[in-house]
Amino acid sequence: MLLTSVENSERLTLDALPRNASATIVRVEGDDAVARRLREMGLLPGQTVRRGRAAPLGDPVVFFVRGFRLALRRSEARRIAVDRASLVSASDDSRLDERIG
Amino acid sequence: MSVAAEPTSPLRERKESVRIAVVGNPNTGKSTLFNALAGMNARVGNYPGVTVEKKIGYARWGDLKIELVDLPGTYSLSPRSKDELIAVEALLGMLPGQGHIDLALCVADAGNLERHLFLFSQVLDTGKPAILVLNMADSAEAAGIRIDAKALEGAIGASVVFTSANSGRGLDDLKEAVQLTLEKGKREAPPVLPRNVVEEIRELSAEHAEIPYYLFERAVLDEKGETEKFLASKFGSRFEETLRSARARLTGAGIDLASIEAESRFAWAQKVTSQVVTQKERPERTLTDRIDGVLTHWLVGPLVFLVTMFVVFQTIFTWATPIIEFLEGIQGIVGDFVGGFLPAGALHSLVVDGVIGGVGSFVVFLPQIALLFLFIGALEDSGYMPRAAYMMDRLMSSVGLSGKSFLPLMSSFACAVPGVMATRTIDTYRDRMLTILIAPLMSCSARLPVYVLFVEAFVPDRRYLEFEAFGTNWTLLGLQGIVMFAMVWLGAFVAIPVAAILRWTFFRGQSAPFVMELPQYRLPSWRVVLARVYEQCQAFVVRAGTLIFATTIVIWALGYFPADRSSLLSFERRIEQLDEEIETLRDAEKARLVKEGAKFELDPETGEEIVPNTPAIDEKLAAMESLEANANELRAELLEQSFLGRAGHVIEPVVEPLGWDWRIGVATIASFPAREVIIGTLGTIFSLGGDVDESDTSLRAELDRATHDDGRKLVTLPVALSIMVFFALCAQCASTLMVVYRETGSWRWPVFCFVYMTALAYVGALLTYQIGSRLLG
Repeated sequence: MLLTSVENSERLTLDALPRNASATIVRVEGDDAVARRLREMGLLPGQTVRRGRAAPLGDPVVFFVRGFRLALRRSEARRIAVDRASLVSASDDSRLDERIG
Repeated sequence: MSVAAEPTSPLRERKESVRIAVVGNPNTGKSTLFNALAGMNARVGNYPGVTVEKKIGYARWGDLKIELVDLPGTYSLSPRSKDELIAVEALLGMLPGQGHIDLALCVADAGNLERHLFLFSQVLDTGKPAILVLNMADSAEAAGIRIDAKALEGAIGASVVFTSANSGRGLDDLKEAVQLTLEKGKREAPPVLPRNVVEEIRELSAEHAEIPYYLFERAVLDEKGETEKFLASKFGSRFEETLRSARARLTGAGIDLASIEAESRFAWAQKVTSQVVTQKERPERTLTDRIDGVLTHWLVGPLVFLVTMFVVFQTIFTWATPIIEFLEGIQGIVGDFVGGFLPAGALHSLVVDGVIGGVGSFVVFLPQIALLFLFIGALEDSGYMPRAAYMMDRLMSSVGLSGKSFLPLMSSFACAVPGVMATRTIDTYRDRMLTILIAPLMSCSARLPVYVLFVEAFVPDRRYLEFEAFGTNWTLLGLQGIVMFAMVWLGAFVAIPVAAILRWTFFRGQSAPFVMELPQYRLPSWRVVLARVYEQCQAFVVRAGTLIFATTIVIWALGYFPADRSSLLSFERRIEQLDEEIETLRDAEKARLVKEGAKFELDPETGEEIVPNTPAIDEKLAAMESLEANANELRAELLEQSFLGRAGHVIEPVVEPLGWDWRIGVATIASFPAREVIIGTLGTIFSLGGDVDESDTSLRAELDRATHDDGRKLVTLPVALSIMVFFALCAQCASTLMVVYRETGSWRWPVFCFVYMTALAYVGALLTYQIGSRLLG
């Protein structure tokens, strides 16, 4: 019991990613139509995803994956668990942005 | 013994056409490629029983007759609904009346090979000879992506062709590759799925050789999918049992059936891509990112969206006006010309009032429809539409829908029929039903004629924020445009509470997910946009030629009969006679004056010489005027006595509180088949009861002249607004109700739709007139 709750508290999902941060997928939860569609679009374990901008009203959010832009609602992004250790924070990216101009 | 793969006969001697299926993800330029290959030579229809669009194009490449079957854009060939199953069945050649597919073209984005190889590997599994078409090759090259075509061909076991459908690049290569593939037949497909999965599928498939292998693959991989249901209904419980044990064996071997397909196909795609694609350093911010930075900005994005919509409706209003006036002029000329050959009487009235007056008065709205679709097509093809859905999703979810409902609802602004059909992309029942039921409230193009007619004639042409530049006057805001804008958005506005009420009553539950790709921006392809405009205009004209034409004739007959027209005819003959006599007198007077050497004043408008009236002419003119007045009274009387007039008087008490008279009421009822019919029926009713000698016979002028029995002007501004509000909210469209029936499978919903919308329309029109007439006098 205790172990699961510790795991849960450390569980990081796509929706919690800061802007421009990227991380690799651990698992897409569920076996319904949405989960299958996400897998068909290439959101699979090991795949790196970068979080883009949220829509003007805060939801959905754009994610960059396999060279395309995918808009997902936060509630759907919450179903995609990512590896905390793989997180590359936004500050690294913003330095990159500065370099490019 | 021949061991050669199909086709068995040499290509050159082939008599029947080669049938090619075109598949691909959305946003790969698939329609651009289809249009480039088939040109305008395409037929759009529906597969029987479902609403999947069936688009077939015809072409001739040298000796080969080609039939191109365009399948709807899709990310995968794993059917989860009846529609997706239809697309798979079409590709496998299982649909009755369609025939065998000889070859599949899989259109992919050259800039993103890896992702598109997922669908292509499914296409390979169907067993059809396939060609991988790497479209948008120009922009991929510009992004520094190099693809080794030879190595790719080797890895996927199929021909690869680079195209840029926009510029026409690679089309000849594609045609060549098609011929080559048809001659050589299918090559060995690379192994993608794990061996034990393939073996289980083979075993299942071996028992039923008449069913394509691919369906068994789907049955094993898609638990509770559409294929499993299809095969189970065909082979019964024994098959279900076999399938279940096959799955159990695979699960026992450590295979997760929910993800094994995606994992193995993407692993394969990744391996192939790493071998054949080289890319210079990928820029962190692409052009699309920069454009998105503006167009989906939290503040600028919604502003740009609103301004775009506003500009579209202002523009179609002002740009179309000169073309409409031109067409109206032609209508008048045709009416006079044809009328000149026909003796006065029933036939004359049928042709001039019924046919030319009725049909002509809405054909003039073609320019607006064309312009609207020019904009919608351009917005869609540029990649802006999905952004609009993305920005609108939160708003739509606040009324219990998703951004996915946005596209069907947006297309309902053109016509609710394709809009209701487009709801098939919504994957939950509840969201789909909600969208279907509010889609007819969106302002479709059939309402446009009604708005244009009444706005132009009855809303004052007030202009605000005018300025002068480049030698012309520019208007930033016009009152007519504002009213038009308000009318177009009224239905959408009312739809919000309607959706909320439906959500609290009939359709409770979770809303649909939002998973949507935002494609790269690109310049719209004029081919695709123009093809879209052409299809819509054609559909409008066809409807005009059948349904609306028939209604017009019926309405004319109901308004013409029963009546004794002999006295009216004698009036008309005497008027004609007087007219001739006046001309003769004028000619004589002119000749006399010319002899005297007198100078004539010129008419400033026509440039003709003005002959002053003599007392004799004045006398005859006065006689003619009183005759005309009598004739008009008689015409109005005859119309009131007609079937239509009698029906109108029965309903008059109901429509009176809306500020209408019986004629408008009758025209509204008669427009049940389609809203735009009201233009025809109004045209017919008012020209039957109107003054034929009036120079301006356009409907606008007829309506402006119309009066109540006591001589009060009939159509005032509040009345015009009340009519427009009624048409904004009513369900006067038989085709929409039919398609709602077809999509929901029950008469309950179209009846519900009609009742709730008519009630809304009546209350809306009532409030508009009662409040409007008090405020505006």
